[in-house]
Formats: sequence, C-alpha cells, structure tokens
Amino acid sequence: MNFNKYRYLLNQLVKRDIKLKYRRSVLGIFWSFLEPLGSMIVLTIVFSTLFNRIENFPVYYLTGMLAYQFFAGGTNAAMRSMVGNASILKTIYIPKYLYSLSAIISNFVTFLLSLIVLFMVMAVTNVNFTMYIIFASLPILALLLLTIGAGLIMATVNVFFRDMQYLYGIFLMMLMYLTPIFYPAEIVPESFRFIQDYNPLFAIIQCCRSSFLYGTLYNMQDLLFAMGSGVVALVIGIFIFYKYQDRFILYV
Amino acid sequence: MVIILGETVITVDNVGMEFNLSQEKIDSLKEYFIKFLKRELHFQPFWALKNVSMMVEKGDRVGLVGLNGAGKSTLLKLISGVMKPTEGQITVKGRLSPLLALGAGFDPSYTGRENIFLYGSLMGHSKRFIESKFDEIVEFSEIGDFIDVPLKNYSSGMGARLAFSIATAVQPEILILDEVLSVGDAKFQEKSRQKMNSLMEGDVTILFVSHSTDQVRKICDKAVWLHHGKLIDQGPVDEICDSYEKFMQLKE
Repeated sequence: MNFNKYRYLLNQLVKRDIKLKYRRSVLGIFWSFLEPLGSMIVLTIVFSTLFNRIENFPVYYLTGMLAYQFFAGGTNAAMRSMVGNASILKTIYIPKYLYSLSAIISNFVTFLLSLIVLFMVMAVTNVNFTMYIIFASLPILALLLLTIGAGLIMATVNVFFRDMQYLYGIFLMMLMYLTPIFYPAEIVPESFRFIQDYNPLFAIIQCCRSSFLYGTLYNMQDLLFAMGSGVVALVIGIFIFYKYQDRFILYV
Repeated sequence: MVIILGETVITVDNVGMEFNLSQEKIDSLKEYFIKFLKRELHFQPFWALKNVSMMVEKGDRVGLVGLNGAGKSTLLKLISGVMKPTEGQITVKGRLSPLLALGAGFDPSYTGRENIFLYGSLMGHSKRFIESKFDEIVEFSEIGDFIDVPLKNYSSGMGARLAFSIATAVQPEILILDEVLSVGDAKFQEKSRQKMNSLMEGDVTILFVSHSTDQVRKICDKAVWLHHGKLIDQGPVDEICDSYEKFMQLKE
C-alpha cells in the first residue's frame, strides 16, 4: 500500500476537493454551516407540526440528515472519482484508491464542520450536553467505514457500467425516504419495520440521536450492527476494488 | 551467453497485453444483459504486445522504433505502471520519471501556485521537495505574476511551460519519453531543449519513443524494434535503425 509515500498527495487531493467546492462563492466554507442550517429551518417549518410527537425536531432532523448527507455525498463522489480522474489515471501511476478515498475524506471534513451547526442548534434548543456526545465517535466511525466500503464498490461498478450513476441516484433517494430522517420511526407500519432493522444507516443515526439528542448510551445492538456492516462493506469494497482495478484503465 | 555489465534496472519478461475490442461499445447494464442473453457478446481479442522480453541496464539509452500501432506507447505505459500486463512480468528498480502527456493532472480552476503543488504531489514528490524547487520552477516557466492566476486564464503556451518546468524539476533516474518535448515559443523551445539535454546527461537511463530514426540515433545507444506487438529485434542503435529503415524502404 505504501500509504506514507502518498500521504501528501492524499492531502492535496482532499484540499483540492474542498477548495474547489467553495471557490468563487462569497461565503466560501461557511456554506458547510449555512446549508444544513437552511435546510433544517425549512424542514422544521414544514414538518414539525405534522410530526409534532418528535421532541426537538431541529436536532432530530439534523442528526439524521447530516449522517445521510455524508453517506450520500461521499459514496457519490467516490463513484465518480475513477471516471472523473480518467485523464490522470491514464498517464501517471498512482494507487487508484486514493482518488476514491480523497473524495470521501473531503466529504467527511465537511461533515465534521457541519457538526458545529448541530452543536449550535443543540445549544439554542436547550439540549443537555452530556458526556455521551463523546460516544458518538463510534457510530461516526462506523459511518465512515460504511461510506468507504460502499464508495469503493460503487467506484468499481461505475467504471464498467455508467448507468450506475443514475441508478444510484434513485437508490439514494429511496434510502432517504426509507430512513427515518425527518419522520418518526414509529409511523412506519409494523410489517415494514424490518426495513429499518436491516438499515445500517438508521442504526448509525439512532446511535447518534442517543448521544447528541437524548443524552443516553445507545443500544449496543444498534452499534454492533452498524460497526459490523461498516467492516463488512469495507472488506467487500477493498476486495472488489483490488480485484478489478487493473482493468479500470481499459474502460475509463 | 550474455554478459551483464551494468545493473539491470528494467526487466520485461515475456510480456503480453491484450485488449478486448468489442465491436460495439457496451457500457450500459441493460445493453449488456440483452447482448448476454442473445449471446452476442463478441469480443475480439487483440494483442497489443505479445511475448516481449527485454532488459534495460543502468545508463542504457534505449530507443523504441516501429510503425503506428506497433505497441511502443503501450510498452511505455506498462513500464511506467499505468497499465498492468495481461501476461508476463515487469520489474523496475529506481525512480521513474515518465514525461508523458504533460499537465494531465492540472486543475484549470487552480492557480499556478496551487497546481505546482498538486502536480508535484501527483508525480510523487513530497511537500518539502516541491517547496525547495518552487522558485526554480516559477523562474524557469517564465510565468511571473501569473503564478497566482487560475490556470484557465493562462494562454496554452503558459500552461505547457509550467507543466514542463514541474516535470523536469527533478533529476530523473529513469526517464521515459514519448517524442522529444518542446513547448512554447521558439525561445522557450530552445530553453526546453537545453533542459532536456541536461536531464539526459550523466548515467540516467532513458526509454525513448520516436518515429524519427534520426532522433533515436542521436539520443540512444540501443534500440528495440517492435512490429504489430512483437519484438522483431534489439541491439545497438545503428544496427537496428539500419534494418528498420531498410524494412521501411521495402514497404514503400
């Protein structure tokens, strides 16, 4: 892997992604805060009366949405990273996983920055800041592993079938509505609850909500399921990526 | 009995490279399934290189000659690690400096300064190394105050000059060249020619592809003749170039 040799390159690629995202916008990096804040205000106005059984809708929504957005944005960027960097891929030898990894890491940085918004909203809505907030690092780690794994899988598949970009967009939309992000989990009929049970993203979100919003320790089963899914996704992702990466260049 | 004098730096052992030339490009899942079910997945195997073996010793200057489509560029890409061979093995000892497709890693929205660090890191240099060469690169490229202007506002000559300056900032161990590089206006071309000459001094190993046997004779001391992916002959540069030229005349 000789990861150390490429640390500076990874650093550069991540920086490029973040810099270019906000270049020429007046508020620049502040959009990492303003974007989730804006969407939270809109969604709170729209849904908080509809789902008035949710206590503290803004924080409930933000924990779910930030995790979902990182997963969606990270995997999407990783998926496009091979085809998007085709011209470099064809001329300079660099371990190809770096492109996918840098795309995910830059999304992760944005995600971490947007946690500041979460803390601000928590403070404004009088949420108790407990030590359990530190425990959120574990589900967030699971989320990172899950995103890298899924990202590597999507990057590989997309090289061979470009249709994936569109199919995956639909999948992500489905995922957003199937995961209780802006509605309470209980409104889903009992017979469809299994969708939530087998949704690692929802397990992660629930762990985060316990840590941030409710100030309790999360359900260990949720955490184990989230961690397990993350590790399995990562192993499959690395396996598939390494198996097919030598053929990428013939298809990009 | 071959007596090896210098240290072998590049070994190409019985290498073959196969491309699948599908008659029609299939890159959608639906198309693939339909063709798969109809058993219409015809791939025409095409060997761009077959059974190629060669050795390059330290300090050798090897020219690759052959017609268009002989597999010269494929061989360079295999040696530089961009592609992996279908068969056989390639081992390289020492730092490669492939001067192929200059500026492929440039980002148009990045300034010249940022691109120096990005492109330098893509070529495997460390931050400290790029910083130490920074002034030299800027001076050689003659872009002056444009260093902090986004690359998309450069003239095409300026971009090429910057790419050339970064790529040649390091004294290479193994230099890989596809045609002699000369960029910019007449004045800069002369300067870049001198720079190339200084890079080729000393005991640097050179792999050089050209259509012109004159240039190969001038730069190289050994030559390899490829024809339709097969290695026809290798040996001292004059011998190989003579028989290649004779072959070309016969063809006419």
